[in-house]
Amino acid sequence: MNLPEHAPILAIAVPLLGAFALPLWAKLHRSLRDGWLALVAGATAALTALVAVQVYTTGIQVYTLGASFPADTVAPGGFPIRIILTVDALSAFMGLITALVAVVGFAYAWRYLAEDEGKTLALTLGTLLWAGMLGMAFTGDLFNLFVFFEVTSIAACGLVGYRTWASRGPEAAFKTMVMYTVGGLFVLLAVALLYGEYGALNLAYLARQIGGSLIDRIALALLLGGLLMKAGAVPLHMWAPDAYGEAPAQAVILLVANTQISLYALFRVLFTLYGGVPDPGVGWLVVALGTLTLLVAALMAVVQMDAGRLVAFGAVSQIGYMLLGVGVGLTAVAARPAYGLVAIQGGIFHMLNDAVAIGLLFLAVGAVERASGSRNLGTLGGLGHDLRWTTGFFLLGALALAGIPPLNGFASKLMIYQSSFLLSPILSALAILASILLLAVFVRAFQGAFLGPRLRKAEPVPVPMLVAMGVLALGVLALGLFPELVVRHLVAPAADALWTGRDLYLQAVLGR
Amino acid sequence: MIGNVPFVVCMVLVLLGLWALLFRRNLVKIVIGVKIIENGVNLYLVATGYVRGGIVPIYTYAPPDAVMVLPTPQALTLTSIVIGLATTALMLAFVVVIHRHKKSLDGRKVTELSG
Amino acid sequence: MSVVVKTIARILVPVILVFGGYVILHGHLTPGGGFQGGAVAASAVALLLVAFGAPAVKRLKAPFSVLEDLGGIAFVVLAFLGLGFTFFANSLAGMGGLFGAPVPTGPNAGILNSGGTVPLMNWAVGFKVLGGLGAVMVLFGLFGGDDDR
Repeated sequence: MNLPEHAPILAIAVPLLGAFALPLWAKLHRSLRDGWLALVAGATAALTALVAVQVYTTGIQVYTLGASFPADTVAPGGFPIRIILTVDALSAFMGLITALVAVVGFAYAWRYLAEDEGKTLALTLGTLLWAGMLGMAFTGDLFNLFVFFEVTSIAACGLVGYRTWASRGPEAAFKTMVMYTVGGLFVLLAVALLYGEYGALNLAYLARQIGGSLIDRIALALLLGGLLMKAGAVPLHMWAPDAYGEAPAQAVILLVANTQISLYALFRVLFTLYGGVPDPGVGWLVVALGTLTLLVAALMAVVQMDAGRLVAFGAVSQIGYMLLGVGVGLTAVAARPAYGLVAIQGGIFHMLNDAVAIGLLFLAVGAVERASGSRNLGTLGGLGHDLRWTTGFFLLGALALAGIPPLNGFASKLMIYQSSFLLSPILSALAILASILLLAVFVRAFQGAFLGPRLRKAEPVPVPMLVAMGVLALGVLALGLFPELVVRHLVAPAADALWTGRDLYLQAVLGR
Repeated sequence: MIGNVPFVVCMVLVLLGLWALLFRRNLVKIVIGVKIIENGVNLYLVATGYVRGGIVPIYTYAPPDAVMVLPTPQALTLTSIVIGLATTALMLAFVVVIHRHKKSLDGRKVTELSG
Repeated sequence: MSVVVKTIARILVPVILVFGGYVILHGHLTPGGGFQGGAVAASAVALLLVAFGAPAVKRLKAPFSVLEDLGGIAFVVLAFLGLGFTFFANSLAGMGGLFGAPVPTGPNAGILNSGGTVPLMNWAVGFKVLGGLGAVMVLFGLFGGDDDR
């Protein structure tokens, strides 16, 4: 067995196996469960990194399930028939984000989750969610996109609502589940329409066939609707603050990564599947939705009194920046001015920055809730006296997210501002306005929760939680201080996968 | 034209489900609305693969001149049904928990999180 | 429930389980398979639930969830068996042994002892579905009571 060759499927199968076996280990002993989880998480992260290294050095990697050898994608007659995983630089990049978030989340959960409050369940669902996200990132056909979409939906909603002894969790989970399921059914209907028209499910094959007929357009609209619903873009964002507010902190960062994976799927559909029939109208639609998302969510964040929901609206707002960046690139993909590539790079770079910075904020809020028993900004205050590290981490994450130099949010937001300014100055003005609003919101939250006289006693935060936050904080600093390096080596290949990589993607699967 | 009737019926089902989703307040009815959409989509998938006069796509004792219906959409439908089972069970479980806490299934009364 | 229902349930449950097993076993030859057979078998649990009430079947919950986990693990492990070629490759088909009989081309009555990993995966899925659906039904039955944690 040649490990590098099989790495893409193993990255999905190992966490799946891990999730199935986790409850059994937990029945035997707690420490066995923790050891197994560490093993599975380490193996999956290593496999994801292996996939990324291969893809970044040698190009797109394909894997055909059930064939006699992995690159056996096409049956005689030039028709791809099996389930094919197709990993290009962008997929590998998303895989890296999920690996980072999941490993940090599990390290945090070790001491954050209470043993008698369904810790085994939360860890199992987290592993399953990770497997689903990797599946969505690596899959090369539309139907498996739907299957993994639903795997992530079920796992994510389980994570939001598993604490059934409180009433708010299940309520948020029900709302989220209805949205996710309807979004998933939209995707399935689009898949069915495309299958009915072209008789195939493989993304690359469909991409070559699609001619822009009415059915294609309906399918595109359904895919847009379903994936935006899952990503939490503004007209369909109602579930996101509830879910982020009610899920445990280590699950929230997985949920955020999940919205980013949905955005990845959306970009894959827009650039690869429909890349042959570019339509500037769709680009403008994405730009408009992105601008709306970043603005409305920032405005909604202003009025929140719950620290968790406040950060949640901040997270929704960041989805808007990613949509804006890549949307600007999509409007430019036909004429190919240089700012289009910068915009896509900015949008994709912002995914990584968002995963790190908003993750840091959510983990800090979780630490605050665990230490002081409340998230209400009206009753919190003076936590900076007791929770020094957490205070620093929250401030760092807040400033990074608001786009203050030299932190990481600034680097990617600057790229988005510059490129969207060239498309339309109004867009960048609105984006900057939303950033300023977010800065004000986070400063208010910081001042309310951490500064001032000591209002209540706070318990110390356990070391593993601090370490998890510390890793993300280091990420914030490193990505902010060396954005050039990251963009050149990590982000640029991923952006090229969207900007010019369509033909390579098709060739890698179809062979010509 | 008559061949398109199944597809029209599927779309009607999807729209009916969406209507239930948007205008019903009872949480169980919302779940039923989601199920109706799902069944519409599943029927659409099966109808896509149907061949007039086709037989089951299994090779046991197939007559040499038989036409088989497409197996792929049936596999897709089955997968979708399995997923639907899981999502429905999960949604209903949440409904039961919500009912236990709130003693109500009215969506208007279950609004602890709005805003 | 009345004694009539209970008696009929006692008679029917084994029959339903056997039919579910039949559907799983012939999954690679006839319409049906792991999920369908598992769902049929799980309907026996529903019958037990209706006939005897939730408290009587409560003790089935723990074995069902173990069964579900084992089914899932068996499925993934069977898929791992193909790694000599690719993941999910049917490495056992035509190799002799259990479910390994080679299949002649052309129409035939269906050879039960063929299919390689496919029938084994059907069994894994069948047990997973029986376990999962059974646990779900028992839990829903228990939701009325107080002790469902």
